[in-house]
Amino acid sequence: MDLLRFITCGSVDDGKSTLIGRLLYDSDSVSLDVLAALENRPTVQGTVDLALLTDGLRAEREQGITIDVAYKYFTTPRRKFIITDAPGHVQYTRNMVTGASNADLAIVLVDARQGVVEQTRRHTLVAALLGIRNFVLAVNKLDLVGFDETIFEQIAADYAALTDHFQLPAATAIPLSALHGDNVVKRSTRLPWYTGPSLLEHLESVPASVEAANAEPRFQVQYVIRPQTADLPDYRGYAGQIQSGQYRRGDRVKVLPSGLESVIEAIEVNQQEVETAVAPQAVVLRLTDDVDISRGDAIIPVEHVPTVTRELEATVCWMSEQPLWPGRKLLLQHHSAVVKAAVPAILHKVNVQTFARAAADSAQLNDIVRVRIKTAVPLAVDNYHENRVTGAFILVDEQSGDTVAAGLIGAANADYFTAPVAPPVAFSI
Amino acid sequence: MLLDLPVPHQQQQILETMSAHSFDYLDRLEAEAIHILREVAGQFERPALLFSGGKDSIVLTRLAEKAFRPGRFPFPLVHVDTGHNFPEVLAYRDQLAAELGEKLIVRSVEDTIKRQRLREPGGKFPSRNPLQTYTLLEVIEEFEFDACIGGARRDEEKARAKERIFSVRDEFGQWDPKRQRPELWNVYNGRIQKGENVRVFPISNWTELDVWRYIQRENINLPDIYFGHERTCVVLPSGQLLGLSEHLQLDEEDEIVTRQVRFRTVGDSTCTAAVESDASTVEDIIQDLLLAKVSERGATRLDDNISEAGMEDRKRNGYF
Repeated sequence: MDLLRFITCGSVDDGKSTLIGRLLYDSDSVSLDVLAALENRPTVQGTVDLALLTDGLRAEREQGITIDVAYKYFTTPRRKFIITDAPGHVQYTRNMVTGASNADLAIVLVDARQGVVEQTRRHTLVAALLGIRNFVLAVNKLDLVGFDETIFEQIAADYAALTDHFQLPAATAIPLSALHGDNVVKRSTRLPWYTGPSLLEHLESVPASVEAANAEPRFQVQYVIRPQTADLPDYRGYAGQIQSGQYRRGDRVKVLPSGLESVIEAIEVNQQEVETAVAPQAVVLRLTDDVDISRGDAIIPVEHVPTVTRELEATVCWMSEQPLWPGRKLLLQHHSAVVKAAVPAILHKVNVQTFARAAADSAQLNDIVRVRIKTAVPLAVDNYHENRVTGAFILVDEQSGDTVAAGLIGAANADYFTAPVAPPVAFSI
Repeated sequence: MLLDLPVPHQQQQILETMSAHSFDYLDRLEAEAIHILREVAGQFERPALLFSGGKDSIVLTRLAEKAFRPGRFPFPLVHVDTGHNFPEVLAYRDQLAAELGEKLIVRSVEDTIKRQRLREPGGKFPSRNPLQTYTLLEVIEEFEFDACIGGARRDEEKARAKERIFSVRDEFGQWDPKRQRPELWNVYNGRIQKGENVRVFPISNWTELDVWRYIQRENINLPDIYFGHERTCVVLPSGQLLGLSEHLQLDEEDEIVTRQVRFRTVGDSTCTAAVESDASTVEDIIQDLLLAKVSERGATRLDDNISEAGMEDRKRNGYF
């Protein structure tokens, strides 16, 4: 059984929470006492309000909105699923970025009465920016348009125009009604014209996370194991997770940023020596030479060494209420490496509706900007579009310790946002 | 091309590599948890593992072995003893700590009550669960712990579903859901200011079923009370069963029965209900769970039923 992580995105009233509630409810993932707690709450229709299964905090229940990223879990005989539920409000790009950073697939929800709207574009482009390539267009509330095939087809065509324009893989479009359960878990008989899978059937069969097991081999030291006991006086093991690719015993490796070379003497998984290990396994590497290695250093086979640099160009989603201005000093956390950094220049701002560039001299909360970054110490990095693990970093405010930005490295990929302004989106009724 | 995609033959190779290593979802959850434990070791000066003797914290010790052997754990095990613990669990705790050869720190709610002149919970079922928070904050202060690793899972409760894996608390242990740090990719930011500390939840993404499947796969021993056994119980008005102990204040009209039961969690014995079961193996329990229609907290915790926002309130006030 494997694992699929997906994010649901939609505007405020698209019925996202209801859809998640329906997935949990119809796949028998909701327990009786949780249902009883729901049934005690008044609803407009006098039925169970499935949205309440995900709206966890009191402020949300009071305001009837979702204010933060929530995680839900369910398992079918075929798969374990982790749902990331990110709120749909305009101002919460930061939550959407957070949710998408860990997802393999995005369900983009639209209301059949509204069709593809501005937020649909925003959600799709943010998910694409974060590296999601697997999209499901869930056309919800089809019951409110009389299960009309032409309306569904029009919305699917509008969305296809959007994904085509940005050269994204085609989405799988599914007509459904989350409120009534049509095509969510079970196929509905009320849409005889639709012959495709239900949403859950699709989620169960779509290829799951095959994260970077075949990408370039990457490993960063998290912790150095040195027992210094009578039995193991000289043992020195470098503990970490294989971030991508494959490692073999006997690989000749470079330690970065120092550039020292050695050979992998042993790979240990749970104290057993293995010949090979692959992402995302947690391992301990031992080297033949006693070189100086500490937390944050990368150990990488010599023929696969990435860029080692103190100057980066990156796309950054700003997540703090205090703005980013050129010259600001921060900490950059690239997994286990934390270094001092400065942002000498903001190159431009990215319009998340269109990917068009605009001049900017600062970044405000929820802005996505292109920046140049200088670090105090060189880092071994990849472009995000080539490696979702080693191409990612966060920026941290040195004083408060808060995470203020998500960063996507892309020095050699300045064309990421050069797409011409997208054609206007047709609004279906 | 705007967005680089893997070419088909690359994808084919990926699939072959994956299947050669036959990763399933438990392997992924395990790798994620080990990664988190090592981040704690790498980022903090004085971490601790909060150990209750329950199955989730037992799983954490297994994961810590995988993360840090052949070295020692870079943290002690810390147990907040309510004084209402099941004796079987305390015996298990001491034995496990001895087998692991790791340091165990025990601090008792009883002492906190005396020292801080707290009021003992009264009533029929005097749960000390709310008082654990005081002892926890005391032990954090005493040892200046900057990170406390716990076995909480997001599937346990709605307020937990929004908890971060690295959850920053102020010096009063308070959690502010609106001020949580965004948690991106698997990059964990444990930077704190003086007085703050971080609660870390390595098995956030596991469900109760995942925990049991892992226990089965890893052949992990558990305290006996997790398995079906005969026990004298009080029948609560809700129909739930509570194991008889000296801490309960019984009335004459209380119905006392002897049933075949097991526990799904092993907290304070005055508020941890038993479920009727004759499951004697981990496999039996997994089958039980697959059929079970009442979630773990609902089946066994009496204190969350008080209000729908019960957990949220306790977390805001520094509860684990």
